[in-house]
Amino acid sequence: MAHAYTPGLRVTAWSTIRKERRLPLAGEVMVAKGDRVEAEQVVARTELPGNVQPVKAASILGQHQQDLREYMLMKDGEPVKKGEPIATATSFFGLFKTHCFSPCDGTVESVSTVTGQVIIREPPIPVEVEAYIDGIVVEVIPQEGVIVETAGAFVQGIFGIGGEVHGKIHMAVSSPDQELAEEHLEGDVAGTVLVGGSKVSEAVMRKAAEKGVRAVVVGGIDARDLRSFLGYDLGVAITGSEQLGITLVVTEGFGTMTMAARTFNLLGRFEGKNCSVNGATQIRAGVMRPEIVISLAEDEVQEGEKTFSMSQGLQVGSPVRVIRAPHFGGLGEVTELPPQLEVVDSGAKVRILKVRFPDGEAAVIPRADVETIERSRFPTDRLPSWVALRGGPFHCRSQPRPRRSPSG
Amino acid sequence: MTAAEDLKQAKIRSVLATDCGSTTTKAILIELRGDEYRLRTRGEAPTTVEAPFEDVTRGVLNAVMEVEELAGRKLLDGDRIITPQQSEKEGVDIYVSTSSAGGGLQMMVTGVVKSMTGESAERAARGAGAIVMDIIASNDGRLPHEKIRRIRDLRPDMILLSGGIDGGTTTHVVELAEIVAAADPKARLGASYQMPVIYAGNNQAADLIKERLADKTALTVTDNIRPTMERENLMPARHAIHDLFMEHVMAHAPGYKKLMTWTPIPIMPTPGAVGSIIHMIAKREEIQVVGVDIGGATTDVFSVFQDVFNRTVSANLGMSYSVSNVLVEAGLENVMRWVPFNMDEGEIRNRIKNKMIRPTTIPHTLEELILEQALAREALRLAFKQHKSLAVGLKGVQQERTISDTFEQTTTGETLIDLMTLALLVGSGGALSHAPKRVQAAMMMLDAFLPEGVTELAVDSIFMMPQLGVLAEVENESARKAATDVFVKDCMIYLGTAVAAVGRGKPGAKCMKVGVGLPGGKREEFDLTHGQIRRVALGLGEEAEVSVDPAGGFDVGMGKGKALKRNLKGGVVGLIFDARGRRPFALPTESEARIAKLAEWAEAVDLYDRDPRTLA
Repeated sequence: MAHAYTPGLRVTAWSTIRKERRLPLAGEVMVAKGDRVEAEQVVARTELPGNVQPVKAASILGQHQQDLREYMLMKDGEPVKKGEPIATATSFFGLFKTHCFSPCDGTVESVSTVTGQVIIREPPIPVEVEAYIDGIVVEVIPQEGVIVETAGAFVQGIFGIGGEVHGKIHMAVSSPDQELAEEHLEGDVAGTVLVGGSKVSEAVMRKAAEKGVRAVVVGGIDARDLRSFLGYDLGVAITGSEQLGITLVVTEGFGTMTMAARTFNLLGRFEGKNCSVNGATQIRAGVMRPEIVISLAEDEVQEGEKTFSMSQGLQVGSPVRVIRAPHFGGLGEVTELPPQLEVVDSGAKVRILKVRFPDGEAAVIPRADVETIERSRFPTDRLPSWVALRGGPFHCRSQPRPRRSPSG
Repeated sequence: MTAAEDLKQAKIRSVLATDCGSTTTKAILIELRGDEYRLRTRGEAPTTVEAPFEDVTRGVLNAVMEVEELAGRKLLDGDRIITPQQSEKEGVDIYVSTSSAGGGLQMMVTGVVKSMTGESAERAARGAGAIVMDIIASNDGRLPHEKIRRIRDLRPDMILLSGGIDGGTTTHVVELAEIVAAADPKARLGASYQMPVIYAGNNQAADLIKERLADKTALTVTDNIRPTMERENLMPARHAIHDLFMEHVMAHAPGYKKLMTWTPIPIMPTPGAVGSIIHMIAKREEIQVVGVDIGGATTDVFSVFQDVFNRTVSANLGMSYSVSNVLVEAGLENVMRWVPFNMDEGEIRNRIKNKMIRPTTIPHTLEELILEQALAREALRLAFKQHKSLAVGLKGVQQERTISDTFEQTTTGETLIDLMTLALLVGSGGALSHAPKRVQAAMMMLDAFLPEGVTELAVDSIFMMPQLGVLAEVENESARKAATDVFVKDCMIYLGTAVAAVGRGKPGAKCMKVGVGLPGGKREEFDLTHGQIRRVALGLGEEAEVSVDPAGGFDVGMGKGKALKRNLKGGVVGLIFDARGRRPFALPTESEARIAKLAEWAEAVDLYDRDPRTLA
């Protein structure tokens, strides 16, 4: 029964991350295997023919269609600028001139003496794929793209919106239980990945987008704020293609949720470093969670952090996090794993475990309502001394504790 | 002798069966005791479709480990299920499984003109229970590469390709097919099957579409959803979506291919297995039956009326992955009408969204349980509504509408569902099977399905109908006997019988006069006014002689105002006399009155162990 547990999200200082980067259409790969690439570097590109714009030249000039070529100033295939005359007609012995101007930049595609139209082809539309992460090209997919690999810190969120962005990590708050407020957006925050604490509101998200913040990483958001920010209510958690000018990564859940100290601490440690963020989330079989990738050099992490091992299941002494009310967000240690089913407050007979929280309080929790926390030799669960925590590590305003403790 | 023949003739002494749901994997162990098969124990574990495992077999092993520990029987040798049985303490003779681990259905649809064929395609997909992730249309203003990228990014489960009227121009719809082909869509979860694409557009373009997509996708061609500008014909596409979803999408999940190698018989989609059990009950008892299985991602409804079996899978109504969609589809007001205390709207929305993002959690407090049961009522109600619209007897009957009513989702076909003739309502799935009190399951079914007249209620005791359904399909006499024995003795729990009066009335007006002759000669007599409900204890296997004399405007199955006299069966809940009204069933709109009414009903049937109003 120790095997029936929910693994936690990955929050690690060192991991190998691979990303496939493919063009939607066949094109040219701009880099070679072994090349070092930067997140915003184009690794593959192609071009789509530009749109065409018809100009009723004969009609504008007041001439017959079949005579149109006589008045043309440009030949087929010749480049043209927006506003530049492409044809001119004179009348009254050269006293009056009528011009036909190009409506856009492009090239003269064709001149029709049947319809009297000149077709201007706009410049080709480039389609490009960026590397997304700083790393090394480990594989080239001919005419399509590449696979980029990097090593560094990797943080998974629980839910997000918005697509891929890059920016420097900026710790906007000093404590993981602090709400991200407008005052934290003062100064030059444009182009940053802003790390908040326990919550962000719709108003602050809008303000952040206005100020050019690339992404917000925060513990929680109210479902109502998310709905107003998106403009619709989310039925199933499939996101990533929103065009809101900013990406959001929620690390804990909906409501006011103190960011896990482990996550807050890890991001704080790499403040000022470039990172790649993707809010795309798909919670269905083959789950995709939002992510933050920080490429690092080997000497930027300690040796012990590289020998990170996955949790081996629930055992007495395992660190766990509660993921449902009434103790939502609480970090504790498993003190007992009774094999028999027990009745909890709801009246249901379920498999439970007993947890002791740092303040000494003990609680009985359904096993389904905890997630394991991965162990590492350098635990980041504890907050560093510079963090002033208010309200305890599992302070959670949106999920009050029950009046009657199920543990009796 | 072939493996199939070996299996056919084998004497099965023990069975291990699993059901990989979208959220939870359930395992049961069945053993032969004397000459009958009985359930020995069950185990469950979260379904493992997320990193770091991303392999359903891990969840299966976890659930089996739990069975091992509870039964004291060794079933695993490392990551292998020990078959055949080595001794009474080691191995099992057969392992079978069902799966719905793939979860809900998210589709992309196409149309030439967004507001015409695009919207018809959207309606067809929504009518089949899918969530439409995007509509790709020739005139949607996006460039081809943007459409291709969108298909790749969204990873739809299925694409409905439509466009053009029959005999019209083929260019645009063929261009759409070329975009789909260029995107080279891969099945979301699997190498074992191709991405299903349904073509329901201009019939003149069908061959051109096949040329472009038949090799790259699992293409199904069906009737045009918009044969002419003025006509819309959604039913064939709806059925095609529904069938392909059940057969090819919902069962698949990471690790599915590996799981297939563990069992000698094909893995059945969960609704297929539950449906065969419901069908079997209807045939054996010769009655009209409705069954429901409420899961994490989908809610499946089955019915047998006039000997016609119908099955629908509401792909995005469920209690975990799809719980937020239940809120979106039903609306907050409809969910909250079942909650007997006041709760802040923001708080409710947060809790529901938190369940969506952490789907394997369960309610810890009574307050949370009541909220989940309110959502379950709405998921069941909406799934049944969808079932009624699709259960129209002749599959594929054309539903035609004119341009003027294309925004109406009603169908013109006559539904087969007649609640007054419904004899048995069976519930399965976590929310119903694991309700802490059986009366809670009974009330959820009564509130959601609103059965009329006399209806027996039953639930799957511990949520094992899927496993028994697949076991019943094994070509082996003893496997079928095992399925039947366990179904009768351990699975079906009769809750009792409900008698509901159909009719409108004013609150407090006389509705029915009831007389119950209990076993042992005791007799109970009482009057119920409109808006009341009453429960009378009558144990499992017991029968009572019941007379119900309805007031003039009410019908309990014999006609308006006509008395009913018959023997009714008891169960773990007993008899429920429901005078709350039907057609319509309505709750007070004013908050305090509604809460008082819910509390009154809860007390009348002993729904909770404490007054739910104290949770406010």
